Amino acid sequence: MIPRPKPERFRLRRTMMFMNAQKPGLIKDAYIYGCDSIMLDLEDAVAENQKDAARFSLYHALTTIDYGGTEVIVRINGLDTPHWREDVRVCVAGGADGIRIAKCESAQDVHTVEQAVEEAEQEFGAEVGRTLLMAALESPKGILNAYEICSASERMFGVAISGGDFRKCMQTTPQHDGIDMLFARGQMLLAARAAGIQCFDTVFTDLDDQEGFEAEVRQNKAMGFDGKSLINPKQIRFVHEVFAPTEKEVIQAEKIVRAIKENAEQGLGVFTVDGKMIDIAFLPGAERTLRLARACGMYEGDLV
Amino acid sequence: MEILKPAIAGTLESSDAQVTVEPGERGIELTLTSSVMNPYGRQIKATVLETLERLEVKNARVIVVDKGALDCTLKARVECAVFRSCGQSAANIPWGGAVR
Amino acid sequence: MKNAVGREIPDALLVNGREVYQGKNYMDGKYLQKAAPRTRRYETPRESKVVDSIVQALKDCGAKSGMTFSFHHHLRDGDYVVNMVMQAAIEELGLEELTIAASSLGAAHDPIAGYIEAGKVVGLQTSGIRGRMGEVVSAGKLKTPAIIRSHGGRPRAIEGGEVHIDIAFIAAPTSDCAGNCRGIGGKSDCGSMGYAMTDAKYADHVVVVTDCLVDFPNLPASVEAIDVDAVVVVDSIGNPQKIASAAARISQNPRDLMMAENVAKVIASTPWFKDGFSFQTGVGGPSLAANLFLEQYMDQRNIKMGWAIGGICGPMVELLKKGKVGKVIDVQDFDLDAVQSIHTTPGHCEMSASQYANPANKGAFVNKLDFVVLAALEIDTGFNVNVLTGSDGVLRGAPGGHPDATAGSKVCVIVAPLVRGRMATVCEHVVTVTTPGDCVDVLVTDYGVAVNPLRPDLMECLDKAGIPHVPIEALKEKAYSLVGRPDSLKWEDKVVAVLEARDGTILDVVRKIKPFTLD
Repeated sequence: MIPRPKPERFRLRRTMMFMNAQKPGLIKDAYIYGCDSIMLDLEDAVAENQKDAARFSLYHALTTIDYGGTEVIVRINGLDTPHWREDVRVCVAGGADGIRIAKCESAQDVHTVEQAVEEAEQEFGAEVGRTLLMAALESPKGILNAYEICSASERMFGVAISGGDFRKCMQTTPQHDGIDMLFARGQMLLAARAAGIQCFDTVFTDLDDQEGFEAEVRQNKAMGFDGKSLINPKQIRFVHEVFAPTEKEVIQAEKIVRAIKENAEQGLGVFTVDGKMIDIAFLPGAERTLRLARACGMYEGDLV
Repeated sequence: MEILKPAIAGTLESSDAQVTVEPGERGIELTLTSSVMNPYGRQIKATVLETLERLEVKNARVIVVDKGALDCTLKARVECAVFRSCGQSAANIPWGGAVR
Repeated sequence: MKNAVGREIPDALLVNGREVYQGKNYMDGKYLQKAAPRTRRYETPRESKVVDSIVQALKDCGAKSGMTFSFHHHLRDGDYVVNMVMQAAIEELGLEELTIAASSLGAAHDPIAGYIEAGKVVGLQTSGIRGRMGEVVSAGKLKTPAIIRSHGGRPRAIEGGEVHIDIAFIAAPTSDCAGNCRGIGGKSDCGSMGYAMTDAKYADHVVVVTDCLVDFPNLPASVEAIDVDAVVVVDSIGNPQKIASAAARISQNPRDLMMAENVAKVIASTPWFKDGFSFQTGVGGPSLAANLFLEQYMDQRNIKMGWAIGGICGPMVELLKKGKVGKVIDVQDFDLDAVQSIHTTPGHCEMSASQYANPANKGAFVNKLDFVVLAALEIDTGFNVNVLTGSDGVLRGAPGGHPDATAGSKVCVIVAPLVRGRMATVCEHVVTVTTPGDCVDVLVTDYGVAVNPLRPDLMECLDKAGIPHVPIEALKEKAYSLVGRPDSLKWEDKVVAVLEARDGTILDVVRKIKPFTLD
């Protein structure tokens, strides 16, 4: 069994790539494309009569394949199906980093999964609290309850909107300017930020419409998303490009982190960098920029 | 486990294997074909037999049509076929126990 | 005797001055005595060389048992002519002990396997062996070992008399009554006829087989009437659907695209990537996709490709039409776009196999190549490549121009996935060495890049460009960690095929495979 380090609740998650857990050729090395997280799917990608087979594949993939630094999340079947409990058991037994709760509509849904996860952690001798959770909001009710969902558990690292189902509920279709989900995305972002967790946008499914994809990614970045779900490896590079900090931002962040550390040693709380007032509140943002810069190959220093 | 009824798991796609198990009386009767028979036939056979042994399958006819599956896939297909044949594939799988 | 790539070559093969492979450019500066054919004089003017049938042509050319017949492979998997001629020779004329010397053979030639089993065909000289023929040869049914040559090695061997062609059969999409042949204008168009040209010049007799007789003179001719004895008109020389595929599309497979992008990155990091550079690419998924990314780098740096060679397909023709490459010099066409472009798009020219790749002539195009991008079935830690034998040791491929372009080019990039299904592409020892490692410079896989230690200059280029690379051993270990270490194949002593290096030395042999049993 390949030991995986304890999952990190807040890490870089610009790109989460969906992979059918049932396809051996796909899951054996999905990490080579350089996405931050892979999302092994037991839900929509797997036919109803192959749910059992997909779990066996998933278990052996999780325990034998070295995914290196790539995060491995599993999308489990909805709470209204007979499958999700066994899905949770196999995820925990196999050591998945996190579980994506499909069609999440309330804090109670998170609690229900959390309880099953905890039972599985006990059953399989995993550290209780190790397995992270994220929720997919796929309905108007889920969006309206976004804040209670986001703040339902210490295991929750993020929340994502699932466009396909959501648009159907809202009787709309994908629009180039994103107006179809503008409010929902905004509401979810607000809730995620208020709860202090990450927020991810939905997949863009028309692989032939590169222009539409690029516009959506730029809008995601502008709205403040942490990352995006993807359906094809060829989408990864562009997301990473858009989410990369500018060179100027990296230099500024480096200065801020260094100044805060140096001034802290001298007991100074407030000071100026390049004429701008800086205090400790700037540290998390600057450190995030440097971590992002490192992931993008733009920063090789040792401040983060 | 006792093979109660014929069951099948896996596909004939590249990198996969299709495993069929049927009730038998004379120990394990394995029929193996593989697209990588010369370099890996011996190891495939060993993996299939080890997996069956772990599941305590004593008697079965087992047909493996391998299309270049990795060991982890072979195990998954054998296990799924066996649990299906016993009607036990949907829940309470002994992950990390007999399945490992 | 062990050769320079560590392969044991049986002494019995080292006769008549034949040597084992000694390393790249070993024959440089030596002299080659060319062998002239003995050809018939046609002084009396004749209106037409058209004869009634292949049988008639065979008779007219004095066909007899023990002869060597040659063929080209421009009709690829659609070819009817090899089977047609061998059937006439063996079944209608009762000839025996025949040798086929083809530029390549493929799936279209399964019926020849029967003639091998029956002992009628006793020798094969070719670049490719596939399908049933590969199986029967690997099973030791051919009386003499098959001789496998590269596309450049073949014209060298013909010109030097190592292969003496008694009758060359030239399948021609169009011909006139005198035998001027072209690859276009008929119903079975193949475009370039580059692989047939040496045959026409060096065979004792030349028979053109066409399914489209056109008015005299059929010019400009790829094979000229001055070399042709007879013309046979048949209903069909091949299946057009299998001769040239519909437009070769650039792969959308994300793995291929990722590797192709890295190939382009490697190329763009070297000093030869400058205005006027020359390029060849294979037509496999990632090799062809490299075109796409290379074009982006060319645009970025505002440079153009000087010329491109090789088997040609649509994407290269596109670049030519866009004015991004100066000349495309074409030995073979792989798709309809290329077939329709040759001789019509300005700058799209035809060349012979000798011009393309012959190591013994005075100016093959491969020797002026900056970059070549090619695939591999297997590559070992000595950078030796196999594109001929499968994981079961059976002949099912062709070196083609691989050994020639790699040897001639300044930078040779091999691109291949680390594993295919359960087969490790990067391995400890390839089953058969078809391209020696001293000609291979860079390996690009989906798990990383490796540079041949013989090329520290390229390592420096990659380092400067920030392209990570690892020792090839690390890639091999990664591959084995995924698929397991393969068991060695079990061989018998009998040699079923001899792999000639492009210079005529012996690179490797393929032996008869022992039947596999599990217990």
